[in-house]
Amino acid sequence: MKKAIVGMMVVSLTMGAVVHAQTLQIDGSTTVGPIADAFAEYFKSVQPNLSITVKKTGSGDGAAALIDGRCDIATMSRFMKPEEFQKAVANNVLPVAHVVAMDGVCVAVHPSNPVKALTGAQVRDIYAGKITNWNQVGGSNTPIVVISRDTSSGTYETFESLIMKKTPMAASVEYVNANPQAQSRVRTTAGAIGYVGLGFQEGVKILAVDGIMPTRQTVANGSYPVSRPLFLFTNGYPKLGSVVHKFVSFYLTEKGQELVEAKGFVPLTNY
Amino acid sequence: MNSAEVNLTLEPAADTPRPLVLTPGEDLRGYLLAHLGRAVLFLMTFTSVLAVLLILLFVIVRSFSFLSGYSLVEFLADRDWRPTADSPVFGSLAIIVGSLYVSFAALVFAVPVGILAAVFLSDVLSWQTRNIVKPVVEILAAIPSVAYGFFAVLVLAPWMQKHLGLTTGTNALNASLILAIMALPTIISVAEDSISAIGRELREASYSCGATRMETMIKVVIPAAHSGIIAAVVLGMMRAIGETMVVWMASGNATQIPHPWWDLSQSIRTMTATIAGEMGEAPEGSQHRGALFAIGVLLLILTFSLNIISEYFLSRAKKATGKA
Repeated sequence: MKKAIVGMMVVSLTMGAVVHAQTLQIDGSTTVGPIADAFAEYFKSVQPNLSITVKKTGSGDGAAALIDGRCDIATMSRFMKPEEFQKAVANNVLPVAHVVAMDGVCVAVHPSNPVKALTGAQVRDIYAGKITNWNQVGGSNTPIVVISRDTSSGTYETFESLIMKKTPMAASVEYVNANPQAQSRVRTTAGAIGYVGLGFQEGVKILAVDGIMPTRQTVANGSYPVSRPLFLFTNGYPKLGSVVHKFVSFYLTEKGQELVEAKGFVPLTNY
Repeated sequence: MNSAEVNLTLEPAADTPRPLVLTPGEDLRGYLLAHLGRAVLFLMTFTSVLAVLLILLFVIVRSFSFLSGYSLVEFLADRDWRPTADSPVFGSLAIIVGSLYVSFAALVFAVPVGILAAVFLSDVLSWQTRNIVKPVVEILAAIPSVAYGFFAVLVLAPWMQKHLGLTTGTNALNASLILAIMALPTIISVAEDSISAIGRELREASYSCGATRMETMIKVVIPAAHSGIIAAVVLGMMRAIGETMVVWMASGNATQIPHPWWDLSQSIRTMTATIAGEMGEAPEGSQHRGALFAIGVLLLILTFSLNIISEYFLSRAKKATGKA
């Protein structure tokens, strides 16, 4: 009886090793995560024995995972910082960036808010705590509830570098840890202002920044002031024909561009 | 068994001249098993002690690099927490105050309800009803904290914004209410156990002196069980201070000290939420990570001292009921 149990355990363990012949570990940004999920789903439908895990813990975590060798592809909504790059090289990891889509960081307010547009300087002053009531920027007499992403987020980094530009955020700014959470906070709070990726516009009102609304064209040609490329980072250029290579060049195919657009981002080519 | 040694006459065991335990020579297997069993159990107990000591040691060692390079006074007294700025500032005052603020506010809500509920459970309810109600109260402790967090963000926050007219629903009040609900089962359980352990003599003596039921409860039973009740409150506070998910989702995470200090409707940040929210992105070996470990050390010191205080009061409670 005991021998039968041990025998069954050995057989099931070896079977497990045979069935999952190929695995792909992807880790990183919550913004790029939905694109990686969509790609992974498509890949699994054409290649069923491929097992792809997509984790979404933040661009900083994705970079750290790539440096430690814990993932094959790191999704990031910002470029690697110099320290991350140097750490990677010190670990014999040579990061190669692949741009899969363009994203606009949209400034969102509650749908009942009458304000339609803000300048970049006004957004900066709101986040720095200098403007505290909506009536100072043409809205109703409501205190502003300022919502930001947490510091490990690539969306935060983009917003910080393109709008805040070294101005520190006020101490009363609230922090949430993912795009969907920022979207739901703004959607349920009348005086809220927050920033989300292009793919998270449902239920909130998007403002024009410096007179330009974030649309596919304005983000793709860079005229929207808070637009950014979304990256997939790999360790060196992936071997041609390997599953990693197919994954990172999938965005060039028509199906890839369709998936990118379906998620609310801006595809890189006019397919 | 060595039958040559066993005494077959009916001699009383107390009169035998030799010890009752068989020597190793006679029963080697029994001797070895007994000592091996002791060693294994000792190892298991020691493993748990070792785990706690190693955690403490690990957190302290990892925070050394930060604490030796940064002024301790500035770390404790500065309000600004800006780890990702060009010249990072690690001031944890707002964060420490946030933790204590939310825990104390939770206790303000939970202690009266908890103690009165404990008195009701032990003294007023009938035995059958008590046996139904007590497990239901303990189910509150089994609900995962992330479920409480969801409830706080998705239900309580919009409700506060709509019906209480607060500008933001994720604030200290929200976090305190949920922490109070989470601390309640602990407070009720421990307080109820210590009130039940008082024994009938004290209550009967009070009734025989002519006291009413309420006078007995308030003037005799609760003061007699005061050590256990204090221990219950301290344990509830430990639960509230150590809670991470709920405060991360429901407190808004703003690094500020509420401006009129009693204004619970402002957003605050706790030590646990800071560690949970920023540990993933702080690069290994950086000053930021060391600062987070330093906050961890503060949290450990706080919870260990609360634990020691509650142990002291629990031992006093046991001594008191042991005497009575």
